[in-house]
Amino acid sequence: MQKIYNRIIQIAGNVITVEAGDIGYSDLAEIYSGAGKSLAQVIRIDGERVYLQVFAGSRGISTGDKIRFLGHPMRVSFTENLMGRLFNGAGLPRDNGPKLEENMVEIGGPSVNPAKRIIPRKMIRTGIPMIDVFNSLVESQKLPIFSVPGEPYNELLARIAMQAEVDIIILGGMGLKYDDYLFFRDTLEKNGSLSRAIFFVHTAQDPTVECLLVPDLSLAVAEQFALQGKRVLVLLTDMTNFCDALKEISITMEQIPSNRGYPGDLYSQLARRYEKAVDFDTAGSITILAVTTMPGDDVTHPVPDNTGYITEGQFYLRNKSIEPFGSLSRLKQLVNGKTRKDHRVIMDRMIQLFSDYRETLEKQSMGFHMSEWDKKLLKYGRAFEEKMMDLSVDIPLEKALNMGWRILAENFEPSEIGIKTEFISEFWPKR
Amino acid sequence: MNAERIGILTGINGNMATVEFKDHVMQNEVAFIAHNEERLKSEVIRVRGNVAELQIYEDTKGLKLGERVEFTGELLSVELGPGLLGQIFDGLQNPLPQLAEKTGFFLKRGLYLEALDAKKEWEFTPAAKIGQKIKPGEKLGFTAEGIFEHWIMAPFILKGQVEVAKIAGKGRYNIKHLIAELKDENGNIYPVTMSQSWPVKVPIACFAEKLRPVKPLTTKIRIIDTLMPVALGGTYCIPGPFGSGKTVLQQLISKHAEVDIVIIAACGERAGEVVETLREFPHLVDPRTKKSLIERTVIICNTSSMPVSARESSVYTAVTIAEYYRQMGLNALLLADSTSRWAQAMREMSGRLEEIPGEEAFPAYLENRIASFYERAGLVRLHDGSSGSVTIGGTVSPAGGNFEEPVTQATLKVVGAFHGLSRERSDARRYPAIDPLESWSKYASFIDEKEIKKAQAVLRRSYEVKQMMKVVGEEGTSLSDFAIYLKGEFIDDVYLQQNAFDEVDAATIEERQKYVFHALHGIMESGFNFKDKDSARKFFQGLRQVFIEWNSSEWQSDGFYKKENQVKEICKKYITA
Repeated sequence: MQKIYNRIIQIAGNVITVEAGDIGYSDLAEIYSGAGKSLAQVIRIDGERVYLQVFAGSRGISTGDKIRFLGHPMRVSFTENLMGRLFNGAGLPRDNGPKLEENMVEIGGPSVNPAKRIIPRKMIRTGIPMIDVFNSLVESQKLPIFSVPGEPYNELLARIAMQAEVDIIILGGMGLKYDDYLFFRDTLEKNGSLSRAIFFVHTAQDPTVECLLVPDLSLAVAEQFALQGKRVLVLLTDMTNFCDALKEISITMEQIPSNRGYPGDLYSQLARRYEKAVDFDTAGSITILAVTTMPGDDVTHPVPDNTGYITEGQFYLRNKSIEPFGSLSRLKQLVNGKTRKDHRVIMDRMIQLFSDYRETLEKQSMGFHMSEWDKKLLKYGRAFEEKMMDLSVDIPLEKALNMGWRILAENFEPSEIGIKTEFISEFWPKR
Repeated sequence: MNAERIGILTGINGNMATVEFKDHVMQNEVAFIAHNEERLKSEVIRVRGNVAELQIYEDTKGLKLGERVEFTGELLSVELGPGLLGQIFDGLQNPLPQLAEKTGFFLKRGLYLEALDAKKEWEFTPAAKIGQKIKPGEKLGFTAEGIFEHWIMAPFILKGQVEVAKIAGKGRYNIKHLIAELKDENGNIYPVTMSQSWPVKVPIACFAEKLRPVKPLTTKIRIIDTLMPVALGGTYCIPGPFGSGKTVLQQLISKHAEVDIVIIAACGERAGEVVETLREFPHLVDPRTKKSLIERTVIICNTSSMPVSARESSVYTAVTIAEYYRQMGLNALLLADSTSRWAQAMREMSGRLEEIPGEEAFPAYLENRIASFYERAGLVRLHDGSSGSVTIGGTVSPAGGNFEEPVTQATLKVVGAFHGLSRERSDARRYPAIDPLESWSKYASFIDEKEIKKAQAVLRRSYEVKQMMKVVGEEGTSLSDFAIYLKGEFIDDVYLQQNAFDEVDAATIEERQKYVFHALHGIMESGFNFKDKDSARKFFQGLRQVFIEWNSSEWQSDGFYKKENQVKEICKKYITA
């Protein structure tokens, strides 16, 4: 039933309109143009008019080109052979390996039944105190790194990928600079992690529409592995590029934009992807770490804003360290009660004091007199920045907690910091 | 409209379909699109000429032109009857655990299950007598649903008065079994079973009158109950930027609120959060009933990755179930999280319909829809003189955390209490992060009004001093002002903030709130003779330490009185008069 059509009646942006019948919504088609073969997907049916989003872009497509409908939506091959392979946004090999066509699975599949989910309970240790102590990462969590362009977010992502205890790493790159793509590839290769990694990378020079498929491809593969009992970590960078691609398509389709040109369903589009993070009842799990660059460092920009409402917290990367304020792992409570009993005490109190330190800094910069208390705070804050926040610090959780007590003891009296007596008597370092 | 009415699919755009029909269609009627073996539920939302536009409650992948559409002639309805409590439904009232049994990990489109177990038998005890005249919504008999007397009522759909023509004797029946027959003035007979269906978008109004909500609903969250209380039958909203703790606050309220029934509508939010409730509640004991919390809870769960249109219906499904229990004379609390997602679902559909957009592309009828939703809350007097209530608390997720946006503003116009969460407070880990100065309530608290006024004055003054200090510094602030600043911070630290992870501190009962707040009031009223600012700060730091320990010692235990005495001892040293 693979009919061939050649009546393209409209080309606008990357969307073409064809007169065709018996076409399924979301189905794929192949377009044979002078520039070669490109995939396209049905995004609207209006009577005989079928709207197709062309993956490789509409440049060079002629109204007389042939279109063949494949009769099924976008699929990706799922086999063990995926391991260590690099693909582009259309799922085609980016390395020199063979094209994979066996065991095709649909992408963008249905949602997991909430009744089949379980409460996540396993902490993923990273060796970064700002994560392990203050905002523990949990298996099956979805967490973005909010960052301005220029911060070392890809480095952070790569470091977490290498240190995290997971079975498979899937990198979904969207609008990635070619250098960054090479950086990921080389870093993982050097570390020996490439053999347990799969890349779906759309680079900045590739056609926009291919960018839209990257999260779905990555997550569909992740889902299949998770169903086989594997613990999968999916890295998505940069989701802002994904949203910009969505914006482009929706404007081409003459949809009414809701906020700064982004479509009204931006939230649902993002949620559909992020919600793929899951801990299956009797199988594996998917953890998603994404990068969302904030245009103009503005967290109220629609992309970080909608993301924040979906994800289970966020890390702010600022001045090359993870910012304690605003950074939050919503799932940390599920694991940080089981690590060491002083974990939460240290976490809460150190951050509160650090907040006071920031206030004091403000006062200092305005030239106010520094009270005894202010001086203590200043000293404390500097120690905190140096021994906890610096991204080069790489120590296990327990050592980081001990470090926390040491910093407190070096700067304060036990009575000043509002920690329950029982903890003070057990953990306060003796002089 | 009995003959089968069908239509033909002529277009698909996301979750909207256009359908050409022959005879008639009804606005908002349910239709099914037949796609191979699947039948996809949808609702008529606009009719133009012989073309109807439908919102589809499912994923539309693979749908084809020319597919058959069957119109049902029924509005989107829910099934009401014993067996709702403890259930987990999706937005269309499909029981999720049963779906999981059928389809495993993933949801399957086009699969709809009965909301209530039709086979389960319930012990029915009649209460009405043959020949008795009753109104719709009046009681015919009851069955025990867990800890509640679940009243079987005359169908809400009836008009005027009817006569009980037949009623079943005491015995065990399933929900489809005929338990009564009612006769109207014209002699028409209506069969009655233990369950009835009701269209979700129509409020159930089978009561004598709506009353003004005056009695406080104890949430056991101190800052709410004391400063910005909620009333039984009232409404409140919790707007806040992401990460400020909206959902955690709703979860705490769902655990601790002193009401009979809690309906949780997880509308377009994270699935993980629902899972916590789902898995935890069966193991948590409700201190009032000594039974598991799940026995008083219904969860309606249409999380963000589930189809968008069903998100819109989920809040209506939830409020209809709440109204149903209100009809039995119970107090129901509906927690909707988040109403912004519901509004966004409306926006998506409005965009597909190419309606002229209002502010931020929300449809022009947004305000109206929000208002009529919250208006379904209320305290009512039933026909038999008893009363029941529906309280609605909705979270709002304003874009960019800016309360000036349309959903927050439309909500603020209609609710009775506003619990605004602030990023500043949550960043400083001050939980619950409700802003004590900006939030308000139109309801009365159980705490003495004078004491509240005093606390509010101290908090406001303290805030002013704090702002002033940012300009003139600590050295430019007088000792007395500085003491007020510390007092305000102290109230915040030991009373407004509450540690959700501390077993005792997480929930404070009414009596304890009165007792502790009274003690706190004593401290607020006192003058202190500090020799300098550092000693003042030291004093409050020390006092805070003991006070927090007091908060986490069990009510009226030895430890409780011991800590109370310690608080008094510390105060004595500095209090002047």
